[in-house]
Amino acid sequence: PLLPAGRACLSHAEPRGRDGRSGEEEEEEGCYQLYPGHIPTSPLQKALLAAGSAFMALYDPYRHDMVAVLGETTGCLALPNLRDKMKHHPEGYRILQERPRIRLSTLDMARLQGLPDGSLGREYVRFLEDNKVSPDTRMPPKFVDDEELAYVIQRYREVHDLMHTLLGMPTNMLGEVVVKWFEAIQTGLPMCVLGAAFGPIRLSARKLRVLATELVPWAIRSGRNASCILNFYYEQRWEQPVACLREEIGIFPPPAVQV
Amino acid sequence: VYQVFESVAKKYDVMNDSMTLGIHRVWKDILIHKMNPFPGMLLLDVAGGTGDIAFRFLNYVRSARERQLQRRLKHHQNLSWQEISESYQEEKCKSLGDSQVVVCDINKEMLKVGKQKAQHLGYSEGLSWVLGNAEELPFDDDKFDVYTIAFGIRNVTRIDLALEEAYRVLKPGGRFLCLEFSHVSNPLLSRLYDLYSFQVIPVLGEVIAGDWKSYQYLVESIRRFPPQEELKAMIEDAGFLKVDFQNLNSGIVAIHSGFKL
Repeated sequence: PLLPAGRACLSHAEPRGRDGRSGEEEEEEGCYQLYPGHIPTSPLQKALLAAGSAFMALYDPYRHDMVAVLGETTGCLALPNLRDKMKHHPEGYRILQERPRIRLSTLDMARLQGLPDGSLGREYVRFLEDNKVSPDTRMPPKFVDDEELAYVIQRYREVHDLMHTLLGMPTNMLGEVVVKWFEAIQTGLPMCVLGAAFGPIRLSARKLRVLATELVPWAIRSGRNASCILNFYYEQRWEQPVACLREEIGIFPPPAVQV
Repeated sequence: VYQVFESVAKKYDVMNDSMTLGIHRVWKDILIHKMNPFPGMLLLDVAGGTGDIAFRFLNYVRSARERQLQRRLKHHQNLSWQEISESYQEEKCKSLGDSQVVVCDINKEMLKVGKQKAQHLGYSEGLSWVLGNAEELPFDDDKFDVYTIAFGIRNVTRIDLALEEAYRVLKPGGRFLCLEFSHVSNPLLSRLYDLYSFQVIPVLGEVIAGDWKSYQYLVESIRRFPPQEELKAMIEDAGFLKVDFQNLNSGIVAIHSGFKL
């Protein structure tokens, strides 16, 4: 159920009754939590978090939580944009209403493994196994001050692995950077843009060359050509062949390079 | 509180340095200087977790001991070389002079980090690590010369019990020292301090330790803690005499001191 999208107040400060619900009393402990896990933050805190998480994400690439925090604190323009794109698309609108989650508990792994090779479900499971990742390691949002936008960013995170599958990119540094380029064009999230720009710093010269000459141009072309990736109800398309889905979305076939 | 410190243990020291911009080291140094330990002193450091107070104590005692030995040597300079070499065999040069620190903490993780630190920094003798609750210490009566609790007492549920236990385990003539965040009376500084505490510290917690909530709790627990005079009264209630406090940085931190007489 959608909670009214209000402004959350932060602890130990005066409540900002911008939406006119001045009757809303805040608890002694502070805040109006808009969704489980929500931590309301002031603009100053968001700015500090954005700066701190950007620095930490570069300093220690294993801090995936910092990448997530950066995305949340800088997404205030891109996220409403994405949400509107979803609202104006029939499939996207349904996703916003039904709020599907991609989690091990909701996925029928056995069924997906049984699907024919080349289908989205089979390739997705293969991707998870090959790269030894799980959809459950995605961080839930904490610092997004709107319940619907929190879902949008959650959906973006959960769809990320499917992007790897559709783009045919593994989870090594090079693969991640390519996916980031694609996502940067698609979503406009500053976190993706920063990741795409700074990710290559840690790559070898050979990989950089492949990146620059083949992978990035392809990622950009695909990103531009493709319709919004959040507008596809992947959970209802497991049987669809990957190649067919790629064509439908508008992703060009990946270049034949070793990533 | 236990779970807060379990997750906090490994990054504790890094966070302390970041939050206080390294000033906590100065506060702890001042505490030890106020204590002015002599070689042979037995210290109980409660909620001593990662060992900051214990190590400083050992350093201080070691240098005090060195000075003691130097004075003794000077005294020996008018003896013949034969007499001096004989005295070397007699005197077992104890670099710490029998001083001992017992670090007591309720949290295993904090003690583990402390032990690792001790090994890493080269502290081997004079240190003991004990798991225990400040409200019910696993020690006998009248055992210790000094009892310290640095930034730990605000995490104790029943402060009065902890104070009574402190009184019990101290020897007569023993000293109670408490280093803790306290209240800032200066209104301008108080507002700046609040701003820093609520806006910056949880962010630091999230960025450095990946844990916003623990550091939010920390900041809130500081606000809930009794102010200087109230704590002084509580210490007096436990039986301590000559209780006094010293504000550091205009009350951001205070050292309370009392004697069992």
